[in-house]
Amino acid sequence: MSDYQVLNTRAPRVDGPAKATGQAKYTDDFKIPGMLYASILQSPVAHARILHIDASKARKLTGVKAVVTAREAGLIKYGVSPARYDETLFAHDKVRYVGDEIAAVAASDQDIAQEALSLIKVDYEELPAVFDMFEAMKEGAPQIHDEFPGNMNAEVHQEFGDTEAALRSCDLVVDHTFINKRQDAAFIEPHSCLAVFDHSGRLTLYTSTQVPHYVMRTVAMTLQIPVGNVRVIKPYVGGGFGPKCEATPLEMSCGLLSKVTGQPVKMTYSREQVFLHSRARHQFYAEMSLGVMKDGTMVALKNKAVLDGGAYTSFGIATVYYSGSLLGGPYKLKTMKYDGYRVYTNKPACGAQRGHGGVAHRACFEQLIDMTAEKLGIDPIDMRLKNIMTTGDITVNELDMSSLGMKECIEAIRSGSDWNNKKGKLPKGKGIGMACGFFVSGAGYPIYRSDTYHSTVVIKLSEDGGVANVMTGSAEIGQGSDTTMAMIAAETLGIKLKDVQVHSGDTDYSVDLGAYSSRQTLMTGHATKEAAEQVKSQIASHLSEELNVPVSSITFADGIVKFDGGPGNFEKLRSSYIKEHRGWMDPPTGEYLTFREAARMAYLKAGTIVGTGKYKPPRLGGSYKGAAVGTSPAYGCSAQIVEVTVDLETGQITIDRMTDAHDCGLAINRTSVEGQMQGSLSMGLGECLFEEVKFDSRGRVLNPSLGEYKIPTALDMPKVKSIIVESSEPNGPYGAKEVGEGAIMPTIPAILNAIYDATGVRVNELPATSERLFMALKDKSEAV
Amino acid sequence: MKRIIKLTINGKTIEAAVSSNQTLLQFLREDMDLTGTKHGCGLGDCGACTVILDGKAVNSCLVLAVQADGSEILTIEGLAEDGKLHPLQQAFVDKGAIQCGFCTPGMILSAKALLDEKPNPSELEIRTAISGNLCRCTGYQKIVEAIGEAAEVVRMREES
Ligand code: FES
Ligand code: FES
Repeated sequence: MSDYQVLNTRAPRVDGPAKATGQAKYTDDFKIPGMLYASILQSPVAHARILHIDASKARKLTGVKAVVTAREAGLIKYGVSPARYDETLFAHDKVRYVGDEIAAVAASDQDIAQEALSLIKVDYEELPAVFDMFEAMKEGAPQIHDEFPGNMNAEVHQEFGDTEAALRSCDLVVDHTFINKRQDAAFIEPHSCLAVFDHSGRLTLYTSTQVPHYVMRTVAMTLQIPVGNVRVIKPYVGGGFGPKCEATPLEMSCGLLSKVTGQPVKMTYSREQVFLHSRARHQFYAEMSLGVMKDGTMVALKNKAVLDGGAYTSFGIATVYYSGSLLGGPYKLKTMKYDGYRVYTNKPACGAQRGHGGVAHRACFEQLIDMTAEKLGIDPIDMRLKNIMTTGDITVNELDMSSLGMKECIEAIRSGSDWNNKKGKLPKGKGIGMACGFFVSGAGYPIYRSDTYHSTVVIKLSEDGGVANVMTGSAEIGQGSDTTMAMIAAETLGIKLKDVQVHSGDTDYSVDLGAYSSRQTLMTGHATKEAAEQVKSQIASHLSEELNVPVSSITFADGIVKFDGGPGNFEKLRSSYIKEHRGWMDPPTGEYLTFREAARMAYLKAGTIVGTGKYKPPRLGGSYKGAAVGTSPAYGCSAQIVEVTVDLETGQITIDRMTDAHDCGLAINRTSVEGQMQGSLSMGLGECLFEEVKFDSRGRVLNPSLGEYKIPTALDMPKVKSIIVESSEPNGPYGAKEVGEGAIMPTIPAILNAIYDATGVRVNELPATSERLFMALKDKSEAV
Repeated sequence: MKRIIKLTINGKTIEAAVSSNQTLLQFLREDMDLTGTKHGCGLGDCGACTVILDGKAVNSCLVLAVQADGSEILTIEGLAEDGKLHPLQQAFVDKGAIQCGFCTPGMILSAKALLDEKPNPSELEIRTAISGNLCRCTGYQKIVEAIGEAAEVVRMREES
């Protein structure tokens, strides 16, 4: 049991009642008088030169207030990483995928906006297009961006030690290749934005985003508005998982249209547009060789990646680095070599999605470990334990595992699933498999090069002393960060959780880089803790002065203040508080001074009590090219065991059980930690078994709906046993670190290893549908 | 072409003019400002727009407002009584069944329709009843647990 009052409990989420009653407002729920409705015209062809755009008819339609194209928007390039700004708000010379944005319309209602789009005439000269990443790399392939010959968007070459020599010295080298499919994040709330450009030249965007800070910067740049005049407010968000990590054409269009018309403008993507905007999981091709010694010691890993990036860069540079850097652990390797290529194709751009860049390569690697263990006759768990990193280890690519409960996770699932009695002892058609993984707890560096703080937080006490207002730009997107910050503030201040109010997701409140790379618990958490400590020390010093007691004698916990562990002599504070609040319903009572009285006294002495906190990581990582990607102040890790039944006649796969352990450092909120673990498993299960965004021969998405693009339903998910493992992370607030993404890492390979155990067939292409497995089973039986 | 419809929403009788192609979802969100009912796809795929219409859980994006003429509708806003959360809402909050919350109103109403019909559902019945409500955040486990717990609370309440 921990000594904490608030942390490490199962406190209900602070936003639970609002969400359970329908009162929680999401962007599309807002309406402002005079609001216009906007729509975007998107390219119907995958690759074409734009010869002419005629919007005159659309402009004349009654009810249309503005039509904007590249002519009005300008040609300022933007993107995620300044090193690869390759997009303009609207296409001007070329369109590069079906869905590329050409124009936007604002009108008095949705139907008119839609009709106006149909009146915009665009003349195209179609160009040959390329949809397959390997085709795109071939000589003579259609060129998508002039600046990137060979459609090579980004290339990474890294080597730690002499890998070839190390492989030659190994007793055994095993190879494996693997390919996944483009996934959609399939958050249930489509992107939505409401823009208000006011008379003072200030633009306020209400938008469904994970990153208010980056949206503010990008929108200010593309619309040429001083950044101080752009305010981004994130209402409740219905899931993000990565694709809402960057400014969208929807946000920029709404901003521009509001600026042009002087009226509020709202737009919401249709579900099809969510698929067209994409920015979700790439397709990855992985090719690997693992060299080991006879006793199972891992020595060398050679890893090659090819990523289908789609038409623009989005987060892709970071993605292609992550596919290499995130294999550095959690096993001790002596050498590692990585070659990564991200390729442009005429499809919607891919970006970041839960487990950014790491998921497919982890899936390949963890299968490879099982294949190697089998050849050596070693149990897959023993093989991993033999090579496992522990706290304090540094990976071959210089990532510092300042805490790592990987071994504890493995032991927990081994006993939690009864592995020892099942592995190798199950009947035909039943299988058990396991895998491990780890992930960053916040990217070590911001997306743009800067010395900025990654998080700042302001805590302001109400004048009566009864409420601590936590103000932060961080983004609650469903993961529970508001609750986490409330709990950290309450614990640090020594007050009850109900007396904290979190105001978040607003760039006017504080600087926060947002909800990506599993960073907020650690980074916003640090800043929250520091702000709370500042508030507390101000109160303590005023108390010390007022009551003439040493600061060191004062402690705060659970809403009361103690002096040398006892009630002390505070009568005059109580009577003055009660006098000031005569007739109020809740006078302070009890034998101890309340936090409220102490905070009121501090206010009377010093004015509004405000504390501020800030966090940025120290300089992290090595000095080689790309060393920044993969660095983090801390790493979370997890291990999973999956049990499956396969119908050997039809290839049908049933997931019977999943056992999952995750090391999140101190679990700030145990229920939320389990929620992240279980959500990760379902997203991994979907990607493994059925999710695939499909295209026709002309680059149109074939299944742009949640009916045709299947994500797991309640019937697809098995019972999951979630085990929380808590190491103490020295770089995390109260020892806490990530859970939101690390938890997805082992899911796919654990399922695939279980399928192999059940069938003797290695699935090396996702999704592992029954058709694919059926064919593989057939091939196998024909081969014997 | 507008048509007058008369219906009961959350216990209140409403008369309104609606256009013939307007969905019940649009009518609730835009005309009635009942934005607790969510729009996730507009195609009947996600269940975020679930409301209870004459006792049955339906996707309100697939029902035309004119078809709802004369019916009785319950939306998420009508579930709490006298400011007190319904046992399902309470269980969703307590059990951690809510993350982003976008699926929550629809999920709770599908569960309500189930419990109205089957006060003591099995786990499979619960999973089946919400299989048309997609949730990308939770992996469903805590939702299933919450519905099970709420069923018990409702049963106990009815027994006493
Ligand atoms: S909005 Fe009705 S089912 Fe998705
Ligand atoms: S809680 Fe986010 S979709 Fe269910």
